Amino acid sequence: MAEVTLTINGIEVTVPQGTTILQAAEKLGFFIPTFCYDPELTRPGSCRICAVEVEKAKNLTVSCATAAKNGMVVHTDSPAVIESRKTILELLLANHPEDCLTCGRNGDCRLQDYAYMYGVREAGFVGEKHAFEIEDENPFIIRDMNKCILCGKCIRMCDEIQGNNVIDFAYRGFRTKVATSMDTPLSDSNCVFCGNCVAVCPVGALQEKGLRAAARTWEVKKVKTTCPYCGTGCSFELNVKDNRVVGVTSCDGDANGRALCVKGRFGYGFIHHPDRLKQPLIRKDGQLVEATWEEAIGLVAVKLGGIKRENGADALAVLSSARCTNEDNYLLQKLTRVVFGTNNIDHCARL
Amino acid sequence: MTNSIAEIAGADFILAIGTNTTETHPVIALQVKKAKREGATLVVADPRRTGMADLAQVHLQLKSGSDIAMLNAMANVIINEGLYNKEFVDTRTKGFEALKETVAKYTPEHVEELTGIPADTMKQVARGYANAKNASILYTMGLTQHICGTHNVFAVANLAMLCGHIGKPNSGVNPLRGQNNVQGACDMGALPGVFTGYQSVTSDEVRAKYAKAWGINDLPAKPGLTVGDMLDAAGKNVKGMYIMGENPVLSDPDADHVVHALEKLDFLVVQDIFLTETARLADVVLPATSFAEKDGTFSNTERRVQRVRQAIDPVGNARADWQIVSDVATAMGYPMDYNSTAEIFDELASVTPSYAGISYDRLEEGGLQWPCPTPDHPGTQYLHKDKFVGGIGNFSAVEYIPPAELPDQEYPFVLSTGRRYYHYHTGTMTMRTGALEVHYGTESLEINPADACKLNIAEGDMVRVKSRRGQVEVKANLTEVVPPGMVFTSFHFPEVPINKLTNSMKDPICKIPELKVCSVSIEKVS
Repeated sequence: MAEVTLTINGIEVTVPQGTTILQAAEKLGFFIPTFCYDPELTRPGSCRICAVEVEKAKNLTVSCATAAKNGMVVHTDSPAVIESRKTILELLLANHPEDCLTCGRNGDCRLQDYAYMYGVREAGFVGEKHAFEIEDENPFIIRDMNKCILCGKCIRMCDEIQGNNVIDFAYRGFRTKVATSMDTPLSDSNCVFCGNCVAVCPVGALQEKGLRAAARTWEVKKVKTTCPYCGTGCSFELNVKDNRVVGVTSCDGDANGRALCVKGRFGYGFIHHPDRLKQPLIRKDGQLVEATWEEAIGLVAVKLGGIKRENGADALAVLSSARCTNEDNYLLQKLTRVVFGTNNIDHCARL
Repeated sequence: MTNSIAEIAGADFILAIGTNTTETHPVIALQVKKAKREGATLVVADPRRTGMADLAQVHLQLKSGSDIAMLNAMANVIINEGLYNKEFVDTRTKGFEALKETVAKYTPEHVEELTGIPADTMKQVARGYANAKNASILYTMGLTQHICGTHNVFAVANLAMLCGHIGKPNSGVNPLRGQNNVQGACDMGALPGVFTGYQSVTSDEVRAKYAKAWGINDLPAKPGLTVGDMLDAAGKNVKGMYIMGENPVLSDPDADHVVHALEKLDFLVVQDIFLTETARLADVVLPATSFAEKDGTFSNTERRVQRVRQAIDPVGNARADWQIVSDVATAMGYPMDYNSTAEIFDELASVTPSYAGISYDRLEEGGLQWPCPTPDHPGTQYLHKDKFVGGIGNFSAVEYIPPAELPDQEYPFVLSTGRRYYHYHTGTMTMRTGALEVHYGTESLEINPADACKLNIAEGDMVRVKSRRGQVEVKANLTEVVPPGMVFTSFHFPEVPINKLTNSMKDPICKIPELKVCSVSIEKVS
C-alpha cells in the first residue's frame, strides 16, 4: 500500500495513504479533541474542534476528515488552533445549561473536559438559550436537547450501525435539534431503545435513565462481562456502586463492538429485584419455608440418594441450564454421571 | 454457526429462515443490515411478515411447516439448471444421486400449493443463492421447532453443500442460538447422549477416559432421557429430579402435562435465582447467584468462549451454581472442592479436545472460538475449511411431511409461538427489571384483521384461544404481520401461559417439540 510522510509538531511520520491527519497524530501520541468524530462512523467534520494548522493551507484544517499528504507540515497546538478551539467551546457553552453540578454526565463529558483543558471558564457570548422540554417519559433514556451540541453521532449511530434511522437533524439555524420523524417522543417513534446513541453521545444530551440517577461517574467500578440474554454473546461493562449493579455501559466486545440491545443495556434490574431468592427453602407441611444451607443440602443428598438406592440411578433426572456458565453445566453433568450414576441430563436447547 | 457473526456482513446473499433476527438477535441483525447496505440480497422465509421480512428484497411467506418443500424446490432448480458446484459435490460430498432423485418431484410448480410461494419467485431465489459468491443461511427455531426439525436442517445443509457455500469465510450454515449459554450447555455435555465436546457416552474408550479423569470405576453407558421423555416418565420410572436454572412449566409444550408430571415426582429440587413457576412445585429450592455475582464462561452462538466476571457479592445467602453442585456432590460422598471457576475450567478443558487450548489467562486477551485444540491455536473463525469435521459431507435426501396437527373445523387457526424484542424466555428476568416490563408490559395475540373481522374482534378485545390441550385469554392485536388463518404470541408472559396450548409432538430424532404449529380456535371473551 502506498504511504505518505508528513511532519506533525516537528516529528516526521509515515502512514498509509488515506490515513487522516487525526489518525497520524494519534499514532505519534498527540492529542486532538473531537466531538463529531467516531472511528466507526462517517466523518462529517462538522464540529471543527479537531481543526489543526497545516502550513501553506488557507484556513485551519479539519483533522478528522482530511487525509494526510506527502510533505504536509502540521501543528496541532499552535496559537491559532488553541484560539479556534476556545472560540468553539465558548460558542457551545453560550447555549448550554450550566448545570454540571447536577448533570448525570458530570465527570464523563467532553464539553466539560475540553473547557477545563483550554481554560474556558464562561461562555463569552450572550444570547438566546434553548428551552426544550426534557424528554423522560420512557423507562430507558433521558433526552435533554438543551445539552445537545449537534455533533450528530447519535444520528449516524442509529443510521449506520443500528440501521434504524429513527432520528435526524430537524429545523434550521439556531432552532436545529436532533428529532424523530415529526419530532415525537422516542416512545412514539420506531426507536427500539438499544441505547447505542447514548453510548456515543459526548455530552449529557442522552443519558441512561437508571444509571445516571444512581451514581456519579467516578463512583462506579466497571466490570467487563458477557450479557446473560440471547446467544450473541455481547460484552458490556457492569457499573457497580456500593456492591450494587447500577447500570450497563458499552465496551469493545468481540461479538458486538459497542452495540447492545435494549435487554443487554437496560435489562439489569432483575439482579437486585426484591423477589430474588436469598435463602434455601424446604417444603414443610405443604409450604416452602426458609432453611439453612446445611439442612437443604443434607435433605437433597438424603432424598436423592434414597431414590437411587431404592429405584436405581435412572430414577433420577436432571435439567441443566442454558443460562448458567460452562463451569456450572460441566459440574452438574459430572454430578449426574458420577454421583447420581445416570445419563438422564438435558436442558432446554430445543425451546 | 459455521461462520462468525461478523462474517454475516461479508455475505452477498443471505437466506434467513424462520428467524426474526431484528427482534430475537438484535445485535446479529446489525450485521445483516450492514451486508444489505453493502449490496447483499436478503431473502426471508417466514410465515409472518416480520421486521426482517420488511427488510428483505424477497419475502417467502411460506405456509407453516412447509420448509422442506421449499428447500427441496430450491435444490430442484439448482440441479435442473446445472447451477450447483460440481467440483465441491464431487470432491467433498456423497449421496448426490439420491438427493437428485428425491428432489426431482419438488418442482417449483408442484410445491407452489404446499408452500404458497409462487414458482417464479422460488426459481429466482434458488438462482440467487446458487450464483452468489458468498451465501449465508441463517435460521432459528422457526426452522427447527417442527416434528421434522432435524430434516429441515438436513435440507438446509443439502443446499449449502450443493452450492459449496460452506467451509468459507462469510459463507455457511448459521443457526443463531437463543440463549446466552445454550451453546456452552451443549458443549459441556448437559445432554443425555454425550459428555463434553460431544463425546458419546456409548463409547467404551470415551467412558474409560472420563472415569479415569474423574477418579471412578465406571460410568453409565446407556444414553439418558431428553427433557420431554423425562417429563413423560415422571412419577413412573423417574422419581426424583434436579432442575438448575430452567422453568419448564412455562417453556415446555403442553404446560398442564408438565405441572402434573412434576407433581408426581417423589422429590424435586429446583435451583434458581427466583421462585419460578417450576420452583413453586419443588420440595427444596436452592437460591443461586445471577451472572453478576459469579465468575465463569459463556460460549456464544459463534462458538466463542468469553468470560463472565463477578461484579458484586452474592445477593442474600445465594451461592454460585457450581458451589451448590459441589456441595451436593460432597454431601453425597464424592468430594468436589474447587477453589475457583478457573480450576473447573482447566479440568473441563483437559477432557474436551475442542476446548483444550483455552484457559482463563488466554481469555483475558479476548474470547476464543472453538475448536481451539492447543494453547497456541488462535481459535476457529469458521468450520469445515477444506474438509468437513466429519470427513465427507453427506447429502441426506428428505421428504416433506405436514405438521402433526393441522387446522380443522373445530380448531381452524394455526398457532405459532416465539419471542419478543423486549423480553426473554419465560420472563423470569425481563419482567423484573423496572424498565423492560414497564415499556412492554402486556402480551397480545397477533391476528389478521380479516380473521378478526369475521369473528367480530376489535383491537384490544380479550379473546379466548383454545387448543385440544388447554386455553388462555389474551388481548387481540390486529396486524398483517400474520397471514389470515394464523395467530402468534410469545411464551414470555406468565399471565399468558401459551404453552398450555402447544403440541408436545416431537421430532423423532432430536426430540424438539413442534412449538411452531398447533391448531387453535379463537373466540371473543364476552
